[in-house]
Amino acid sequence: MGRLEPQVSDAAAPFWEATKQRRYLVQWCDACAQPIFYPREVCPRCLSAGTLLWRESKGTGTVHAVSVQHRPANPTMADMVPYAVALVDLDDGIRVMSNVVNVDDPATIVVGQAVQLTWEPLADGCNLPLFEPAGPVKES
Amino acid sequence: MAATLRGKAAIVGVADAASPTGELDVTGRALEARMIAEALDDAGIALADIDGICHHQSSLAAAEYFGITARFTDSTATGGSVFEVYLEHAASAVATGMADCVLVVFAQTPRADRRKGIPPAPRPSMPPGQNPMAEWEMPYGLQMPKGAYALAASRHMARYGTTPEQLATIAVKTRAWASLNPRARYRDAITVDDVLDSEMLVSPLHLLDCCLVTDGAGAFIVTSAERARDLRKPPVYVLGAATAHDHMMISQMPDLTVTPGAICGPRAFEVAGIKPGDVDVLMGYDSFTITQLLHFEDLGFCAKGEGGSFVESVDIGPSGRSSAKRHSGTLPTNTNGGGLSYTHPGMYGMFLVVEAVRQLRGEADARQVQGAEVAVAHGSGMVLSCMSTAVLGTEATL
Repeated sequence: MGRLEPQVSDAAAPFWEATKQRRYLVQWCDACAQPIFYPREVCPRCLSAGTLLWRESKGTGTVHAVSVQHRPANPTMADMVPYAVALVDLDDGIRVMSNVVNVDDPATIVVGQAVQLTWEPLADGCNLPLFEPAGPVKES
Repeated sequence: MAATLRGKAAIVGVADAASPTGELDVTGRALEARMIAEALDDAGIALADIDGICHHQSSLAAAEYFGITARFTDSTATGGSVFEVYLEHAASAVATGMADCVLVVFAQTPRADRRKGIPPAPRPSMPPGQNPMAEWEMPYGLQMPKGAYALAASRHMARYGTTPEQLATIAVKTRAWASLNPRARYRDAITVDDVLDSEMLVSPLHLLDCCLVTDGAGAFIVTSAERARDLRKPPVYVLGAATAHDHMMISQMPDLTVTPGAICGPRAFEVAGIKPGDVDVLMGYDSFTITQLLHFEDLGFCAKGEGGSFVESVDIGPSGRSSAKRHSGTLPTNTNGGGLSYTHPGMYGMFLVVEAVRQLRGEADARQVQGAEVAVAHGSGMVLSCMSTAVLGTEATL
């Protein structure tokens, strides 16, 4: 069992460091008053570096799109199939890819499902953000 | 002013190779050489006349190998739509005098290579820490590229009520075209139930919602409208062309239900001076059934969200091909059998152009759409990332 571990970029090093405490940080441009995902060296709207800061997410969101993988994307995930890959709209205003876990049948995950953060340990003490169902299905 | 592109350049030679076995006996440069020779012969021009080249790996290496001295060169990489991008660039180059004759050539043989033990060509890689996909997507195990299209299908179904049966209809109709093409990989008729009963690979997409993996190759030659008139075959004119892209990774796609084709499609039609109702043959890159459904919407054949009901009410299969002129109940689409049933060697955009040209010349044999005067080749590259639209027409459309 295993995943391809994320290749950490310089821009996102603070994000991954915070996952050691199971905190989810969202990059934010103070000049544009907008969240940024994925974390970048500069804001993709104003190209400023000095206006970037990090805000902690509450870790709640909604499934935007979902696909159950019936074959593993790579051999190391062979014992995980079937598993659900989703795009999740965080309430912080960003859309991220993740897995929706802690369900008996991944096929029951639908667009609009409310989700919350959960974590899976990585080799280096960091944690990988995942999501699990948290309440009812909302309007998509 | 892009509108000046209309009618300035023409496709004058085409070739392609595919096999019902999915496998070709010639590979690599030898296969490219065969395609070049066939396209030159089709056009009636000499290799020495080629002064521009487009190649998806290295235009420099290809030109060196084939002894071409190029004053126009292009190795743009946009995925499988790149052949429509090359057509746009080549047409612009000959329209402005940068080049006289541009060659676009492609060969890829994943099946023959596997049998011969030839490893896949290394993909361009980015250093660790500089590849967002390796940081934000790959840990989650999405099968690529089909999983990305599955996410788009999931969203389209949730938002617009599009059904698996409607997506399957696209595969069924495309197969009906393939049954008329002796070189198609799969020719036996299929039903909607066959698609829905095929293995679910990445929900909501089944095996038969997905394109093939085959060997394939092709070439086309672009020259000026003036020169084209003196060559062997009736010229197929570039009436309009446009390209757009807005993301690389599926998780960064601004709206999973709207491709950049909604930008470049209408733009290419505007340059060409046509409306969707003028299109006699639509060659849309059908990497997956959802891809083609999005093309119908983004090119304006139906409203956004209505692609599912469109394929139920308009016959995109071969039934209307014998009518004197297209009527509103049909839209001949992917008449070679598409990436779904004809061939798909990793990158498919070459075959859109070749088939569009053959239809407009009246060379499409049993699958010929009678009276075809306007054809559209609409490429899709990467994960719905880069779309490129070419509107092609006969002499009568000028």
